[in-house]
Amino acid sequence: MSTLEIKNLQVAVDTEEGLKQILRGVDLTINSGETHAIMGPNGSGKSTLAYSIAGHPKYNITGGSVTLDGQDVLAMSVDERARAGLFLAMQYPVEVPGVSVSNFLRTSVTAIRGEAPKVRSWVGEVKEAMAALSMDPAFAERNVNEGFSGGEKKRHEILQMELLKPKIAILDETDSGLDVDALRVVSEGVNRIKENSDLGVMLITHYTRILRYIKPDFVHVFSAGRIVEAGGPELANKLEENGYAEYVTA
Amino acid sequence: MSTLTTNYLTPTGREEAWRFTPLKRLKGLHETQTDIADRISLTAGALPHGVTVTHVATGEQSPISATDDVVVQRVRAIAHVVTLVTIAADSVIDAPITLMRTPSGSPEASRTVIRAGNHSKATVVVENVGSGTLAEEIEIILEPGAQLKFITLQEWANDAVHLGKHHAIIGRDASFTSVVITVGGSLVRLLPTVEYSGPGASAELFGLYFAGSGQYLEHRIHVDHNVGQSKSRVNYKGALSGDGAHTVWIGDVFIRAAAEGTDTYELNRNLLLSDGARADSVPNLEIETGEIVGAGHASTTGRFDDEQLFYLESRGIPATEAKRLVIRGFFLEILSKIGIEAIEERIMNRIDGELASVVIA
Repeated sequence: MSTLEIKNLQVAVDTEEGLKQILRGVDLTINSGETHAIMGPNGSGKSTLAYSIAGHPKYNITGGSVTLDGQDVLAMSVDERARAGLFLAMQYPVEVPGVSVSNFLRTSVTAIRGEAPKVRSWVGEVKEAMAALSMDPAFAERNVNEGFSGGEKKRHEILQMELLKPKIAILDETDSGLDVDALRVVSEGVNRIKENSDLGVMLITHYTRILRYIKPDFVHVFSAGRIVEAGGPELANKLEENGYAEYVTA
Repeated sequence: MSTLTTNYLTPTGREEAWRFTPLKRLKGLHETQTDIADRISLTAGALPHGVTVTHVATGEQSPISATDDVVVQRVRAIAHVVTLVTIAADSVIDAPITLMRTPSGSPEASRTVIRAGNHSKATVVVENVGSGTLAEEIEIILEPGAQLKFITLQEWANDAVHLGKHHAIIGRDASFTSVVITVGGSLVRLLPTVEYSGPGASAELFGLYFAGSGQYLEHRIHVDHNVGQSKSRVNYKGALSGDGAHTVWIGDVFIRAAAEGTDTYELNRNLLLSDGARADSVPNLEIETGEIVGAGHASTTGRFDDEQLFYLESRGIPATEAKRLVIRGFFLEILSKIGIEAIEERIMNRIDGELASVVIA
């Protein structure tokens, strides 16, 4: 049982006009096994929340705290956060020329598990995880994210989540840019991992579409850098009907 | 062959061609008063069938290209014996032809001519190791239809000085691939140059250099599109780390009036791994005809891509290891052109070793 606890988180970014406040006091607690949907309009700070928790250097923490099972996440380096059990599936996964997927996965899993996986079981493990996401085995020999389609990038993110077995995963607009088939495959992947583990999920999305496939336990509406309303799955239905208009004008 | 005017003087550093080079560190190779030995420093390994290596008097193998480089002119004046590598026409040779350099340590000159016969296919590897002080010229002739891969490995000890010109004359429908790897030496200044003697000829020039603290590595590429329907691709990648690490890349491409149908692109990318290192990158394109397929160049010099490092680190990979992965990936594109696994691995290990000894910013 793990708990990610975000308290009064405040985050700013450097701009040409000086420091700009993006997050204005976010409170959120995610426990193992729970799925929290964070929904909000563009520019509300959803991605900032995701990247701040993962430790991207662009974001300055100006107040508040983030802990994972009581450990101070904000004091950890980016790689330490991952090794502590956090995972961020990125909206725009980055190309790494000359580094093959298989080399990347192996290096990453070795870092997370603290030892290199046994060759024989590792090959089988990767093969199985790739097959479950309908990925061609030849995919492993390609360079990380280089020339990947939108769907391939997102499958690759979920593949990493499956192999790295985090405690808490943040999925940042994983549904964006996916056609229905790809969305289904990716969502099934997330659901499978949830069934086989006690993964806690923060699912960041602009649209309600992905919530037809991944059922949230809680829905939070995000606007102007904070959570402005929280509720159960029914809140998503309301958003689907009314949009974000009532939250944005405030 | 056109004759260029030469004044056979010691460069002063004010000449365009020498403006970056720290002349004081050349161990006198550029100065007329320096005693430079005439010595055969290349040794051939076991030769596959279809290849001969002989030594002939310079009179029997006169220079076949023009040069205005003072050091090359000195090499031509000093070297009385030429190492001649001949690849027989129509022979297809899978095993690499390896030429090992065994330097004496004192200033020495070396002249080599490689002749790839009609429709031959081969790979020549020149391995430079040890503490040499070398001025050299290698001329390469590709007869019509020949395919030659020419790999030079500058794996020198860190006190070596190496000035060299590697000039290829590419015949009709022939294709020349050069891979220049420079990871050692105190000062290395190479002139990989190309001209064409028939249409349909192509050149691919790849380079990789890694300069550590105090190393000066210069590569001056010159591609002379002097006939029509010729192609060239240049791709050099370098990384620098440590105080006083300095690299210079010059990419001169000329498309002459007669060279209609030319297709050329050149690229240089530099990765600065620490403060105190300097990379100069100067692409030049001179075009005398508009009737070409394409001509372009690009040059970038920068530090690590923060987003790449963040991506790798967010998967639990520690920062130093993430940087090593990115550097390996950066070089792989060039390294893989060698196509000889043992050499690729050896070069990567040397780079890894250099990286381990420096703090990457």
